[in-house]
Amino acid sequence: MLEIKDLHVKIEDKEILKGVTLTINPGEVHSIMGPNGSGKSTLSQVLAGRESYKVTSGSITFKGKNLLELAPEQRACEGIFMAFQYPVEIPGVANTYLLREALNSRRKYQGLEPLKHVEFIKTVKEKMKNLKIDESMLNRSVNEGFSGGEKKRNEIFQMQVLEPELCILDETDSGLDIDALQVVADGINSMRNSKRSFIIITHYQRLLNYVVPDYVHVLIDGKIEKSGNKELALELEEKGYAGIGEQLQTAS
Amino acid sequence: MQIILKDNVDSYLEGYKQFKKLGNINSTELINSTKEDAIDNFVKLGFPTIKDEDWRFTNILPIVKSKFNLQSEKPVDIGKIDLNKYIIPELNSHLMVFVDGIFSKELSNIKTTDSNVKIKPISESLSDDSNVIDQYIFKCADIETEAFTALNTAYFFDGAFVYVPKNTVLEEAVHILYISSNSNSCMYSPRNLIVVEDSSEAKVIEHHVSLEDSNYFSNTVSEVMIGENSTLDHYFIEQESKKAFSISTLEIKQGRNSNLNSHSILLGGLIVRNNIHPVLSGEGCNSTINGLYMPAGRQHMDNFMKIEHVSPHCDSRQLYNGILADKSRGVFHGRIIVHKDAQKTDAKQTNRNLLLSDSAKIDTKPQLEIYADDVKCTHGATIGQLDKDSLFYLRSRGVEQPLAKAILLRAFASQSIETIRDLPIRNYVEKLVNNWFIEIGMIEDFN
Repeated sequence: MLEIKDLHVKIEDKEILKGVTLTINPGEVHSIMGPNGSGKSTLSQVLAGRESYKVTSGSITFKGKNLLELAPEQRACEGIFMAFQYPVEIPGVANTYLLREALNSRRKYQGLEPLKHVEFIKTVKEKMKNLKIDESMLNRSVNEGFSGGEKKRNEIFQMQVLEPELCILDETDSGLDIDALQVVADGINSMRNSKRSFIIITHYQRLLNYVVPDYVHVLIDGKIEKSGNKELALELEEKGYAGIGEQLQTAS
Repeated sequence: MQIILKDNVDSYLEGYKQFKKLGNINSTELINSTKEDAIDNFVKLGFPTIKDEDWRFTNILPIVKSKFNLQSEKPVDIGKIDLNKYIIPELNSHLMVFVDGIFSKELSNIKTTDSNVKIKPISESLSDDSNVIDQYIFKCADIETEAFTALNTAYFFDGAFVYVPKNTVLEEAVHILYISSNSNSCMYSPRNLIVVEDSSEAKVIEHHVSLEDSNYFSNTVSEVMIGENSTLDHYFIEQESKKAFSISTLEIKQGRNSNLNSHSILLGGLIVRNNIHPVLSGEGCNSTINGLYMPAGRQHMDNFMKIEHVSPHCDSRQLYNGILADKSRGVFHGRIIVHKDAQKTDAKQTNRNLLLSDSAKIDTKPQLEIYADDVKCTHGATIGQLDKDSLFYLRSRGVEQPLAKAILLRAFASQSIETIRDLPIRNYVEKLVNNWFIEIGMIEDFN
């Protein structure tokens, strides 16, 4: 579904990603871990289409299309969803309004009719219940006055409503207490199927106990230095990133 | 007979003499003598120039250099005017319609009220209610130092008189609609007098619109007196021709413990100057002055807000938001004067501007003059563009860029609009603002 080949990305004049190669097939859950500053967020921002990040070489193909030629809104309509690490507050724009606009944009792109208001509200309320989000949130402005945990749950909620094909979760677990983590994990797991893929960017191994990945990649200093299965995550927990660094040193 | 005003003050003096001869006004002694003083003052003062501190950012030479008629050459066919665009849906109101400055009984709809409430054209009241009028008229307006006020005072012949006696809550809003129909350049001088006596409440909308895209000069003065313990919600909705010159002055005197909620929405006009001057005379007043201005093309919108805290324990809040597109120009003068005895004043002023292009320009000038020593006064101004993170967030959810921008701009405008207490009025203003985005070609529609 997603093919990243030798991707080099810089912001301002600094190169952050120094040759990332990654392939993600439908139905797979990939976790990307790494120390601070390794380029994890950069990777997710580039996939979502943030213009301040410049791709200097390499390619990204999504469902056979050149992703780098698509605007952020087109990528969303193609089925990419990003759960932001720091979701922004947008006073004056209601949660329901944004969600309905987003859903209908995607439907329009796919040649479908916009969803009727009644159906939309029904779908939405159901999903909110599962994520333990209060109904009053619908009329509030996007993320306004939300705690960190509420913002993260709102991202997962949007993800559930929009039913994307590729979900990129950028440190969704950071800052969550164990209860919130459970709710978020359940939300993610309920969406796993053979057609949908996930990229879970995380600093901590904790989430991966609940959302078990198929593959784990370690990003250090802009490159994927090691890949493995879920055991790799446990190894990282024990030895830390420095431990992996040592291994690579001795190997070379 | 056509009276033509040309580009010098003597022409205006001459015009006044001819205008007087027409005998348009049933006047009292007070009115007559004040008009004479007014025209004399206008000649002495002359039109303001950019050398005047208060007019530094607004060059009205185009107004000065233009020729204006005092009366429309072609009287408009009242029957052909469609009011639907201007009626506010679901609003329970009295409608007073003026076409080219003349009160139209046919188009108006003033319902029956408590007989002591007066909602009538000022031209009628000058004879019928002269004792009440004389008590209140000219008490707020400044014809000594304000040229446009002096000019209006000399030339006015009609406008709205809204009088709410003591202990009366006027449930219905008073919607005063000024329609310029005309196809040739006229000077209009609408004059309003709004009196809300003690322990009373009212809602008044001053709404200025044009049927055509023509050039004319509208110079409005509204005097407002709010009695003790009373509340007035005042709206100024300006949707005039984009070739028109629109000068408006709102002079307000607030009594003890009174409340003023003022909202100005500037959308039309070529050169627009909106003066708002609340004087908080009595103790314990609240004054909320909100303004929204959205110039596009080459429009110029100048908001001159001067609030005077005269007595102690008054609170005032001013929130002015501007969205400036294309090569437009906006101005915000925010003057707060706290007089010596106005201890425990709590005044807050905020001016926020979003510039949509490199050629848009805003001049923002907060001015605090504080003569008391136990007060709280803050002011802040921001000038910026749309928040990039918010824009990206919307796009990442599939919203196309132009619509994403419009959504964020509308959210910004709604900071002003959401403070409108009356729901039908708020909805109407929201609709006008939504249309703005469509008119300037940013989007085809909000969904």
